[in-house]
Amino acid sequence: MRAPFGSPVLDAACRLLVPFLLLFALYVLVHGHDSPGGGFQSGTLLAGAVILVRLVRGHPGGWGLERRAALGLACGGVGLYAAIGLASLVFGGHYLDYSALPLPLAAASRRALGILGIEVGVTLGVTGVLVLIFDALVAWEGEEA
Amino acid sequence: MMEPLATVFLVLLVACGVAAMAVSDLLAAVVVFGAFSFFSALYFATLGALDVAFTEAVVGAAMSAVFVVTAVFHTTRRTKA
Repeated sequence: MRAPFGSPVLDAACRLLVPFLLLFALYVLVHGHDSPGGGFQSGTLLAGAVILVRLVRGHPGGWGLERRAALGLACGGVGLYAAIGLASLVFGGHYLDYSALPLPLAAASRRALGILGIEVGVTLGVTGVLVLIFDALVAWEGEEA
Repeated sequence: MMEPLATVFLVLLVACGVAAMAVSDLLAAVVVFGAFSFFSALYFATLGALDVAFTEAVVGAAMSAVFVVTAVFHTTRRTKA
């Protein structure tokens, strides 16, 4: 795992950049309600980190998401979004009416948690779909597109 | 009416768009198109639309550039004259 990626410059840049990309994506996600950003931007940054490592290493599977995991992540993100929306529908509110969620909290906190939940869903979905698009475009050798 | 900074970014935006159409090397066109996205993100930021600018910088300048480069590698690099 400590083998150098390609050239020393790519190796150093990639090792420096990827942890900060992941951390910044997490910050954009959880801080998205009162600063620019949110689920879509965070998911794009996460996918960017995964795709950066794939570009530098030149072959898939060594780091990050496998293709099946990316597919599962995309479906799971959409499912999480729909599940939170349908849960608020089941518990007596409208679709995505987070204040109807049965949590032992004030209504404002329930709304904040519900919004964070669907933002996590959007993040997972966007990450999975973008990594899948990249994998389908590159079509590494030995795999069907 | 318009701020001078916004005018500068708009002029650079148009210049990058014309240059991306003019070059015949497709990889160079992708790079110039990334600059186009970057300047449009800066233009959105000067207008105060920070969320739109962030999305444009992340998706337009980074993601679509990577996707178009991988698409260029499946075809020929030069446009036919």
